[in-house]
Amino acid sequence: MPNPAPLIHAENLTVKSGRRLLLDAVSFEVHTGEAISLIGPNGAGKTTLIRAMIGTQPISSGSLGRRPGLRLGYTPQKLPLEQLIPMPVDRFMALSGERNKERRTAMLARCDAAGLQNEQMTDLSGGETQRVLLARALMRAPDLLILDEPTQGLDQPGEERFYALLAEIRAETGVAIFMVSHDLHVVMAQSDRVICLNTHICCSGAPAQVAEDPSYRALFGARTSIAPYQHHHHEHCDHD
Amino acid sequence: MIDPFLLRAAFAGLLIALVAAPLGCLVVWRRMAYFGDATGNAALLGVALALSLSLPPIIGVVAIAGAMALAVAFATRRGGFAADTVLGVFSHAALAIGLVAAALLPGVRLNLIGTLLGDILTVTNGEIAIIAAGGALILVVVAVFWRGLVNATLSPELMAAEGGSLLRDKLVFTLSLALFVALAMKLVGILLITAMLILPAAAAAPLSRSPERMVLFAAGIGAASVLGGLWLSWEADTPAGPSIIVVAALIFLGSGLRRR
Repeated sequence: MPNPAPLIHAENLTVKSGRRLLLDAVSFEVHTGEAISLIGPNGAGKTTLIRAMIGTQPISSGSLGRRPGLRLGYTPQKLPLEQLIPMPVDRFMALSGERNKERRTAMLARCDAAGLQNEQMTDLSGGETQRVLLARALMRAPDLLILDEPTQGLDQPGEERFYALLAEIRAETGVAIFMVSHDLHVVMAQSDRVICLNTHICCSGAPAQVAEDPSYRALFGARTSIAPYQHHHHEHCDHD
Repeated sequence: MIDPFLLRAAFAGLLIALVAAPLGCLVVWRRMAYFGDATGNAALLGVALALSLSLPPIIGVVAIAGAMALAVAFATRRGGFAADTVLGVFSHAALAIGLVAAALLPGVRLNLIGTLLGDILTVTNGEIAIIAAGGALILVVVAVFWRGLVNATLSPELMAAEGGSLLRDKLVFTLSLALFVALAMKLVGILLITAMLILPAAAAAPLSRSPERMVLFAAGIGAASVLGGLWLSWEADTPAGPSIIVVAALIFLGSGLRRR
């Protein structure tokens, strides 16, 4: 570890909404250059956790520390863009605070989104939108990228293309990645660590280790709604 | 020659149209038309309180409309009501409380029609000076914080992740809106303040390709509505404030039809 101070340090992080418990005593750390995947069923508190990391979610108890001077990059699941707010891609990039147009154009090109500068954000396909969001998140040279289900709504090739791009960016910049994902096969292949959340952290660790964990199996093995795992699960059975 | 009172009305109206443009675009983008209503309706109570305390009405309006805007902006969802229901309750309660207060408070002689519907043709040079100063303040503040305001509109998380302050954004937006209500009340009356915000912005939306251009077009459409409305009022002897909004609505229809 080049820098021992964690980027993010959560200790017994608890978030309540009224009497409902959204996050229950969640503790974890994110270190420099790490790739962490956050998985969990719908309503498990994944988005709440991300909001807490960003600082828009008030914390009920426990603590969440960010390393001083930490630079965050964030890509929302989608932008609530409507026809009513006209937004060309280059203007969207400039809203990151980057005044140099050449640097904005170069970052779009790096993220596989060359030539989109003058398109309206609302006219982009799902994959293009995610690549533009990624380009904007990288514009500020972040230490940590927080990605909220970046491949939701993408088709299989779009998904693969996005993850390949992400792997390249990570190799080039060494940026740490904290990603909410439903693509369990990618989680297994590309993450250093997996955190499985269901209000509390049910298990976490290296992907192979988590896959064997009974609580992980209870969550994803029984839930037929998550197709990728089913596939993985059967594979597993075949090998046994 | 054009009468001086008509010139004063036109000048005040153009100032308001200019200030309404960026705020109106933000209200439209954030789907906060009801929020504008609630803030506007709170102004009546502000006027009544100020008159009963022998203060200038604008102080009462800024205070009460500001308090209303802050209360609505920071109110957390409670009781499981939908956001538009809560805003509707706030908005109409504020209007009713204002009307009741105006009747109850001692020493308040409120020009109710003028407060509700505006009275732009009687605007004085002193009021124009206040509109110009307040309007300049709003424009400067909104310009300084523009990037944050647009980012928070797109995604509060994105804005916060990039180091922006959501609290500052809320304060800038709500207090600017409250001051705008106080300035625009004379022009169109509190019932039509939201219309002055959203109609030009909505009409500008289909014509614009960037947020900033939408603000410019909204300013132009607002200015055209003011001049057209005053002309209509002069020619047909109609109330000035509603006439301005009628022209803005016609422009909105025209721009909507142009949409592919």
